[in-house]
Amino acid sequence: MSTVATPAPAPAQVPGQLGEAQLARRETLGQLFRSKTFLVGASMVLFWVFWALAGSRLTPHDPLSQSPDILAGLSKHHWFGTDQLGRDVLSRVLAGSSDTLQVAPLATLLGIAGGTTVGLVTGYFLGIVDETISRVVDAVLALPLIVIAVTALVALGSSKVTLIVVIGVVFTPIVSRTVRAAVLGERELEYVQAARLRGERAPYVMFVEILPNVMGPIIVEATVRLGYAIFAVAGLTFLGFGVQPPSPDWSLQIADNYQLLNAGTYEWTVLFPGLAIASLIVGVNLVADGLQQVLDR
Amino acid sequence: MITLLVLSVIVFAAAQLLPGDIGRNVLGPFASPHDVAVFNHEHGVDRPITRQYWDWISHFVRGDLGDSLQYNVPVAHLLGPSLVNSLKLAALAFVLVVPISLLGGIVAALRRNRITDRVITVAGLSLTSIPEFVTAIVLIVIFGVVLKWLPVSATAPPGSSALIQIKYLLLPSFALVAVLFGYIARITRAGVIEAIDADYTRTAFLKGLSTRRVLFRHVLRNSLLPTIAVVATQTGYLIGGLLVIEKLFNYNGIGQRIYTAATYKDFTFLQSGVLIVGIVYLTATLLADILYSLLNPRIRFGSAE
Repeated sequence: MSTVATPAPAPAQVPGQLGEAQLARRETLGQLFRSKTFLVGASMVLFWVFWALAGSRLTPHDPLSQSPDILAGLSKHHWFGTDQLGRDVLSRVLAGSSDTLQVAPLATLLGIAGGTTVGLVTGYFLGIVDETISRVVDAVLALPLIVIAVTALVALGSSKVTLIVVIGVVFTPIVSRTVRAAVLGERELEYVQAARLRGERAPYVMFVEILPNVMGPIIVEATVRLGYAIFAVAGLTFLGFGVQPPSPDWSLQIADNYQLLNAGTYEWTVLFPGLAIASLIVGVNLVADGLQQVLDR
Repeated sequence: MITLLVLSVIVFAAAQLLPGDIGRNVLGPFASPHDVAVFNHEHGVDRPITRQYWDWISHFVRGDLGDSLQYNVPVAHLLGPSLVNSLKLAALAFVLVVPISLLGGIVAALRRNRITDRVITVAGLSLTSIPEFVTAIVLIVIFGVVLKWLPVSATAPPGSSALIQIKYLLLPSFALVAVLFGYIARITRAGVIEAIDADYTRTAFLKGLSTRRVLFRHVLRNSLLPTIAVVATQTGYLIGGLLVIEKLFNYNGIGQRIYTAATYKDFTFLQSGVLIVGIVYLTATLLADILYSLLNPRIRFGSAE
């Protein structure tokens, strides 16, 4: 088995290989920054991250302050008009990203962590463990994500923490499938056999040997999931199970105001928050697309 | 079948998680403890959980879905009409989305890497990932508010003809179409590209067949198979999308029903309704599998049996 050690050592274990790994990483980064898709997407996302951090400090008006000037149309003073309580729509749109941008990434992180663990375990052990867990995964995936989430949120009550946990848990089986597939491609390779023959324990082989080699698909999956997490948070908030008032969250603004459309006007109260959600999600997708092109070769 | 059983356990467990005393929830905070106890006993929710599960699932299998706690009428009476309403909406969405996305995917594949392809692919990807209620809002603003071509609500006045009903359902189904278009077009595009690159297509061209003949007899027949599988897996999404779209358009469908049941903690309705959704989804998947094997001679007598 000495042939295994020389041509394909596990990266970052042999000091001499470190330079090469760093070079490869720099090469990947370089490709990313040459990708127009990635750059456009990243700047859209960063724009909203900036406003999430700046919040009401930089908005032209206080996003929560009410005024007697209700449902005013677009004007010099209120670029995007005002809503039912006289609040400035532009300020609310700018401040509206913060809750989504807290919940969605944390939920994604939880789902990726859970899914990676489940995927590694099922893909590595196969057999009865895999069979049992995969059945449960199938059953969960038979339900639309939003139906499970609504049921769970009603049971547990809506708060940011439950929202994160519920979306993270729902993502776990989905992520685990991707990771499992990637692990199946690795588990028969020589470096895994070598580690096993060395007498390494299963957790070591899974997390130290296999995990670094399936990071590519996991990163891509994470960005794709982030898009879906924003989608899910937006949908659940719209239904009233997600972010709660008085947050200026975009979906909440739409939920509060969409019935005004029955009057045949006041479209600015919902159109601008809608476009904001759309731009954030498109940005995340462009980043995901850019990453995929660079990492999946 | 096993999947279905596991599903029923999960749904039941989730419904059991609903916090608080069920009798207290239904009767309100001013009911006497005695009344609450009587209510709980009548509805059998004071029995052991395993008994309750068995009771529910054995009745469910015989078609008895129990009584709604909120309206005190059989769940089936509420579920039936709303399921029909949802199917109308879903059917219209499907009828619209399948030809549009097949066409989009095929055109994108034939114009591969040219501007038309990029536009279709990027637009599809973006539409797919934008929440359906956002797309719907934009559509309402354009067609309902600015142009005033289509009604803003989805419910047609009672007794309207089928044509009027379709007019009312157009906007909500467009919103669903927008989300599904991206998926289906992407898979179609990939399938067509694979078929164009295949050896048999080259052979067909070299035999001297016309482009149209090659396209219809060789390329499309082979490339549409994976598409069918994808269309079926999207039923699950479609039902979830209905939840949001039906609320937005105030349309009395299964999504709206599940939503109300969830807010009112009507757990009998919730567990039966959600299980029905799961069954509809699994049936759709099964039908797609059967259709797939009928269309694909290679797995017609496959290992499934």
